[in-house]
Amino acid sequence: MEEATRLLEKIIRVCLGHYDYWFVIVIMMAGFYVVINGTNLVKKLMGLVIFQTSVLLFYIAMGYIKGARFPILKTGEDFYINPLPHVLMLTAIVVGVATLAVGLAIVVRIKEEYGSIEEDEILSADNKGNKGDD
Amino acid sequence: MIENNLPIFQVIIPLIGAVLCAIIKERKIAWFIAAISSWAVLGVVVILVLRVSAFGSLFYQFGGWEPPIGIQYQIDSLSAFILLLVSAIAVVMITYARESVGAEIDPDKQHLFYTIWLLCFAGLIGMVSTNDIFNIYVFLEISSLATYTLIAMGKTRRALFSAFEYLVLGTIGATFFLIGIGLLYMMTGTLNITDIAERLGNAGDMRPVEAAFAFITLGLALKIALFPLHTWLTNAYAYAPSFASAFLASTAAKVAIYIMIRVLYTVFGYEFSFNVMPLGIILLLLSIAGMIIASLIAIWQKDVKRLLAFSSVAQIGYIMLAIGLATQEGLTAGILHMANHALAKGALFMSVGAVVFYTGSSRLEDFRGAAKQMPFTMAVFVVGGLSLIGLPFTAGFVSKWMLLSAILQKGWWIVAVIVLITSILALIYIWKVVEAAYFKPRPAGAVKLEEAPAGMLVPMWLLVLANIYFGINTNATLGLASDAASMLFGGK
Repeated sequence: MEEATRLLEKIIRVCLGHYDYWFVIVIMMAGFYVVINGTNLVKKLMGLVIFQTSVLLFYIAMGYIKGARFPILKTGEDFYINPLPHVLMLTAIVVGVATLAVGLAIVVRIKEEYGSIEEDEILSADNKGNKGDD
Repeated sequence: MIENNLPIFQVIIPLIGAVLCAIIKERKIAWFIAAISSWAVLGVVVILVLRVSAFGSLFYQFGGWEPPIGIQYQIDSLSAFILLLVSAIAVVMITYARESVGAEIDPDKQHLFYTIWLLCFAGLIGMVSTNDIFNIYVFLEISSLATYTLIAMGKTRRALFSAFEYLVLGTIGATFFLIGIGLLYMMTGTLNITDIAERLGNAGDMRPVEAAFAFITLGLALKIALFPLHTWLTNAYAYAPSFASAFLASTAAKVAIYIMIRVLYTVFGYEFSFNVMPLGIILLLLSIAGMIIASLIAIWQKDVKRLLAFSSVAQIGYIMLAIGLATQEGLTAGILHMANHALAKGALFMSVGAVVFYTGSSRLEDFRGAAKQMPFTMAVFVVGGLSLIGLPFTAGFVSKWMLLSAILQKGWWIVAVIVLITSILALIYIWKVVEAAYFKPRPAGAVKLEEAPAGMLVPMWLLVLANIYFGINTNATLGLASDAASMLFGGK
């Protein structure tokens, strides 16, 4: 009985105590699923962005301390948050935007060349064009 | 003043060159700027290599901020060797680019092509120079984004879809790397590689560190194109412009492998990477599978660029096998094979690019009878191929010999036999192209080939001569590689 209570406590601690990380994992896997399962190239890119965003949340959750102040120097206050993880994520946001821009630009070119942004249609168009080539 | 700031110039020069190329919309001047920048980078790197071998590692603090706060650059014997490799290849390639890019890229887009190439080059150089793990991520993304664009500029529409596939997989790989960095930062509170390595000494067996290790190695394996994560590589190299294929095949994967060596041997230490974590056996199995399967697939290819791309996957297998041995001899062999494979594959892709220059495609049929019409270009392919197979008096022989002796030192004679068998497979797929070029008549009505223009022939032959020179005089490269390996093992 006591063991069962201890186990239950542990489960609650892991599930609720780290709820922010669970959110991160759920968002990450949702994005990852869209990347793998989507056939529409724009949807794939959206999945990729969601996947990257989850990492931003991971860093932000990691850097936050409950009850701590923002890091501005003030006498008498020494319990403050390390701003570095949040600053790193500014860079990561820029990287994500750049990736999305390059990806969308390529999708526009694909649409011009193939007339479609559906993965299966593109692949079948390629196979028809070069039968026996590969 | 300049002397103190030297370890930063190799990154700054191509970045400035890229901006200049984008502003000056004249393709000839853009090429000239790119060429001057790569020569300048090579000059800086040569000075750095000489200084590192004379005085030991060089450090540079960005803006004068000390490491825990600021970003630090570090040039040690390993990064100096890789810098020398990348910048020397870049100089050879940019000379080749004038003709090759001139024929394959729209004239009004060529200045942008050089802009992107310089950004890619800056990213690769930056990854090697920096000692800050988040900075590695940033440069990784700079070079990757530039790489996607370079590939998408290929002639056929398939290049676009290959670039898109690479973008998706490359971003997933880089994001995994980023998660790993986050976990490491969580455990150590620093981003400086030297500091992380020091602090991990006390936190080696904690779960977040293990998770960080898994995320980082997986992310890098995607970037390296370690079998079975190589799917993006074969299409990307097959459909990219010839110049881009040649440059990426000989530098981009090598730099990713360099980061892998850094992470395994410097950040986590080989004790943790190979004894606490079971990476040795994973690398062994994956690289053997890659060597065998990719070589077999290469034999059946009808497109020569695609064939060479599969051969690259197999060669990456050799390098990762050597690194996974976790011995000093193995690491020396791996680092040496990185350089020698870059020389051989660069020469091979460049000679294929010369055929593409006239025919516009690289199918095996286009090579029939090519040796009569372009004997010097095909000779490049033959010598490059011999070096790839690892015949004596070529650079490939030296590193394969080192690899075999490192494997036998471990007593794994079955693995040694597999390495020899896959070398025979390499002989078969190189022979297929050589047979078409030398022993088949040129079909009537095929595009007439000529000897490649001097602007392409000279850089190709430079790489060929390097292949032969480093096969006969092994001291230079072997010395640098074994210095680097003993530094990685001696530091721990």
